[in-house]
Amino acid sequence: MNQRAKVSAMSDHKIQVQNINKTFVLGNERFEALGDVSLKVDENEFITVVGPSGCGKSTLMNILAGLDEPTGGAAFVDGREVDGPSPERGVIFQQYALFPWLTVRQNVEFGLKTAKAPAEERRRTAQHFIDMVGLTDFADALPKTLSGGMKQRCAIARAYSMNPSILLMDEPFGALDALTRVRMQEHLLETWEKEKRTIVFITHDVDEAAFLANRVIVMAARPGRIHRVIDVDLPYPRTEEVRLSPEFAEVRNDIWTSVYHQ
Amino acid sequence: MSADPNATVVKPSRSESTKRRRPPAILTLNIATVFLGIGVWWAISLTGLQIPSPASVVASGIDLAQRGILLTDIIASLRRVLSGFLLGSALAVPVGFLMGWYGWARGLLEPWVQFFRTIPPLAIIPLAIVLMGIGEEPKIFVIFLAAFLACVISTFQGVVQVDRTLINAARVLGAKDGTIFVRIVVPASTPFILVGMRVGLGAAWATVVAAELIAAQEGLGYRMQQAQIYYDLPTIFVGILVIGIFGLLMDRTLLMIESKLTSWQERR
Repeated sequence: MNQRAKVSAMSDHKIQVQNINKTFVLGNERFEALGDVSLKVDENEFITVVGPSGCGKSTLMNILAGLDEPTGGAAFVDGREVDGPSPERGVIFQQYALFPWLTVRQNVEFGLKTAKAPAEERRRTAQHFIDMVGLTDFADALPKTLSGGMKQRCAIARAYSMNPSILLMDEPFGALDALTRVRMQEHLLETWEKEKRTIVFITHDVDEAAFLANRVIVMAARPGRIHRVIDVDLPYPRTEEVRLSPEFAEVRNDIWTSVYHQ
Repeated sequence: MSADPNATVVKPSRSESTKRRRPPAILTLNIATVFLGIGVWWAISLTGLQIPSPASVVASGIDLAQRGILLTDIIASLRRVLSGFLLGSALAVPVGFLMGWYGWARGLLEPWVQFFRTIPPLAIIPLAIVLMGIGEEPKIFVIFLAAFLACVISTFQGVVQVDRTLINAARVLGAKDGTIFVRIVVPASTPFILVGMRVGLGAAWATVVAAELIAAQEGLGYRMQQAQIYYDLPTIFVGILVIGIFGLLMDRTLLMIESKLTSWQERR
């Protein structure tokens, strides 16, 4: 019906968030998780969303994933209104969310199996992404035998296996130690440069937000809203050199100030 | 990071793995304690209390076995336990799933389950005998009830506790409700179902003996009831031992199945 009209009107951006608000009701208390949020993301952009806890960044991600509905407003992907989860939008959760009774390979094949892909193709695709995240030797291991970083790499392979055009990542490295986290960031960027995707990455780590993104969305709380948008004009590949450069420090300090002195 | 032996790339050396071999020591202790127990029992039987000695119990057991009575009794009891238990579990699993998955099913069924749970299954026996006669039906029915009630609660709990994140992860990978149920909810609640089945089996085994004490023509409970009339203490002991041994064997079997099916669990 009017879906078609929306398609043509919104198709110039990969993701468009239009005046979204979200209110939770707990008992007789109302909590405004998101005020009025609007956002546009272009194809193959890597944006990070950073902000204090309670700024609604996870709520925003759940709405984009189709796991939660906004109270008002709408989110559009490729001009189509988001009305539920879709394999087209891969999600990576902070708690890994691997199926513990399945091996790494079976986890990566889960979505393909659900989509009834032929066994041969399933196997090939899964192997490709298992190799990509460096879990070749652990393809037949159960999640309980993997370290946190390996689990999250498996989850990344699983999300990639569905060939999503968008990856939504909700503090994926939040539970990892500092060193593993840096490795995972570099790894993620490497993968992204090879297999371009539009990525929305939620984090509470200012360094991480600056290191990964083209563009950093700084959010503020009560109600959750976009406080500032900061462009990161640092070249890819982002090497250690970039991380240690004064330009990086400048961007990071800028983000830091907007997060902690809102 | 992980201390799990399956994860380590470097396998522990042979000498280390032999040093770590703890289970045989525990097995030795298990065997020792059984012999110690029999020794204590023997000692008590020699004090002149009315306790038959292990030797006389074994003799009585051999006698019962040779006359074919023991086997008939065991088969009769096992048949009742297994039919009641299997029927109970077979119904408990779908009902538990229904209660965990659908709010309406929970609302309709939970009051009844909770109500019948408070009634000892044995208290149903008189009613069951009046309504179903003195054949196999009332006994199997009561065992069925005991197994069902133990298992249904556990299955229901298992479904309720399934991690939301896993369900969301399946949804974003394109899984619909049917797939989520079969591929996420069922495996995730398997540990709970198996615990429920173990409790159910224990309840079934406890109930069969009591049911046979009240009304039966054969079975371990009936045999003990008869022995009581004739003051035949060794036979009562044979009954007790056989019940214990079979109960233990069945429980160990389920435990083995459990650890096979749920070896993916992270034990903390």
